[in-house]
Amino acid sequence: MDAIKDFFNFFADPRVFFLLTLTGFILMIWRRDVFTTPRVGYGLQVFLVLFFGLGLFDENFRLIVAKPDNVPIVGLVFLLLFFTWYSMRQAVLNDRRLDRGEPVEEKVEEDRVWVWPDLVYTELICLVLCSVVLIVWSIVLKAPLEQPANAAATPNPSKAPWYFLGLQEMLVYFDPWLAGVVLPTLIIVGLMAIPYIDTNPKGSGYYTFKERKAEISIFIFGFVVLWASLIVLGTFLRGPNWNFFGPFEYWDIHKLEALTNVNLSEYIWLQGVGVGLPSNWFVREFFGIVLLLLYIVALPVILARGVLKTYYEKLGPPRYCVGIFLFLMMLSLPMKMLARWLFNLKYIVAIPEFFFNI
Amino acid sequence: MTDDPTTPAAGTPVSKDAPVKPVTPAVPPNLGGKTTSAAVAPRRPAAAKKVADDTSPLLSRRHWLGLAWGSFTAASAAALAATGRFMFPNVLNEPPQQFKIGFPDEYVPGVDERWKVRYGVWIVRTPSDIVQEASGFYALISVCTHLGCTPNWLSAEVKFKCPCHGSGFRPTGVNFEGPAPRPLERARIVLAEDGQILVDKARKFQFELGQWADPESFLRS
Ligand code: FES
Repeated sequence: MDAIKDFFNFFADPRVFFLLTLTGFILMIWRRDVFTTPRVGYGLQVFLVLFFGLGLFDENFRLIVAKPDNVPIVGLVFLLLFFTWYSMRQAVLNDRRLDRGEPVEEKVEEDRVWVWPDLVYTELICLVLCSVVLIVWSIVLKAPLEQPANAAATPNPSKAPWYFLGLQEMLVYFDPWLAGVVLPTLIIVGLMAIPYIDTNPKGSGYYTFKERKAEISIFIFGFVVLWASLIVLGTFLRGPNWNFFGPFEYWDIHKLEALTNVNLSEYIWLQGVGVGLPSNWFVREFFGIVLLLLYIVALPVILARGVLKTYYEKLGPPRYCVGIFLFLMMLSLPMKMLARWLFNLKYIVAIPEFFFNI
Repeated sequence: MTDDPTTPAAGTPVSKDAPVKPVTPAVPPNLGGKTTSAAVAPRRPAAAKKVADDTSPLLSRRHWLGLAWGSFTAASAAALAATGRFMFPNVLNEPPQQFKIGFPDEYVPGVDERWKVRYGVWIVRTPSDIVQEASGFYALISVCTHLGCTPNWLSAEVKFKCPCHGSGFRPTGVNFEGPAPRPLERARIVLAEDGQILVDKARKFQFELGQWADPESFLRS
């Protein structure tokens, strides 16, 4: 029993957790024929039911999972998996039809809508079920109210509402103005910009994967691998003092983790060159600034000449620039997280003199 | 714009602003010879009739709109002023920024938490400070420099640890783990005339600006 728990606790290490979600994502896209079979779909759901059901026998696991705050996240795990599986399945089925030269499923009976009794019954059943679930939920689970606010005592751990846990996780790796203002704005602006960047008319009104490979992969990566899995990570794996804890691990306030963080400038000047930190901030952060410019300015140009040449020609300069900028910003999150987990890298450019830390 | 809509239009030059008058088909619309109205004239009669019918003798459409916008602006301004008034409350229940915390010999070396709840400071007595290189006292303000949560003092680990995103600070206040970009701030600390220690949170000293070298940021003893 303990061996199994240790096994799962091992996956709670952020590096392993991230690697796992990433592998799952790649496998899902790559072997989508297998992923979308009913057998795999049911299998995953059954595995989750078993995992959560059996896990509840463990006291530490119960404390986290059965907390009224966290119950929605358990639901989210099931729903997210189901809907990803379902839409991928529809897409794969349609792709097969397209390969055979048939019209996609949504276009077969384009001229009629099945209302009575199909739609109306479905709606009635959904209505009844949702009401029942909501009523039972509100009776059984108590609203988690706490003591009156006290400026001198912050709850430990102090967790944001679940839908903000992804943002809170981002705040661990970036300066507040970046993780709290710039990146969320970019997420919203970026989502709004999608229709203007992606003008591919295919896939409108029907599921398909092969006609929009890049678009769907990027979206699933951003939404499932980054946003949703960060919510799951924040809910189940973050414990007191914002340390990482396995789902079956006791929340020990005194758990000791060596997290001493080092800035890039310190790596270069103290460990690389072996002299002290230069007193002038520009000299000190020179390498970080160069790295940053390389990433934001030079990389898109290099990509446009090389790997992404076809995209560059298809989209044209303005669309390409906006799109690649948003894409690189999105990728900067997992890159910074990995750099923190692997090298304890704190900031690439750290200028506390005027609040500029990246 | 109080023209009676029934006034005959013939012969009067049609100015742009005046209410449009019904024009009988027999009369050419641009009798006055104004070239500007010539282009629009043929389209006017139909719309003009409608406006004329809608106008009530008490309040013209234009007046009514002016009144509506005026009152809307006034109501919005009043609501905004009421909101602004919240910024200046009649009573402020804030703890004083300046306070005495007792005599130096009441403190043993190390981090003292007794004023954290009341005033939001930790008093630290140290045998040797990193900046001042002397023994004495300093007051750390218990606000995380990341996003402002209140860190906890973990005496076993000898560090301050923030529960929000995991920033860690040494007893000196210097940040060493997590996302906090700069050390905790120190408050002004001096001896009062009666020999008690006086802390003044209105004056803050930041390490990254070199202010911890200020004699008032540290009480030698
Ligand atoms: S507020 Fe303290 S770590 Fe974010």
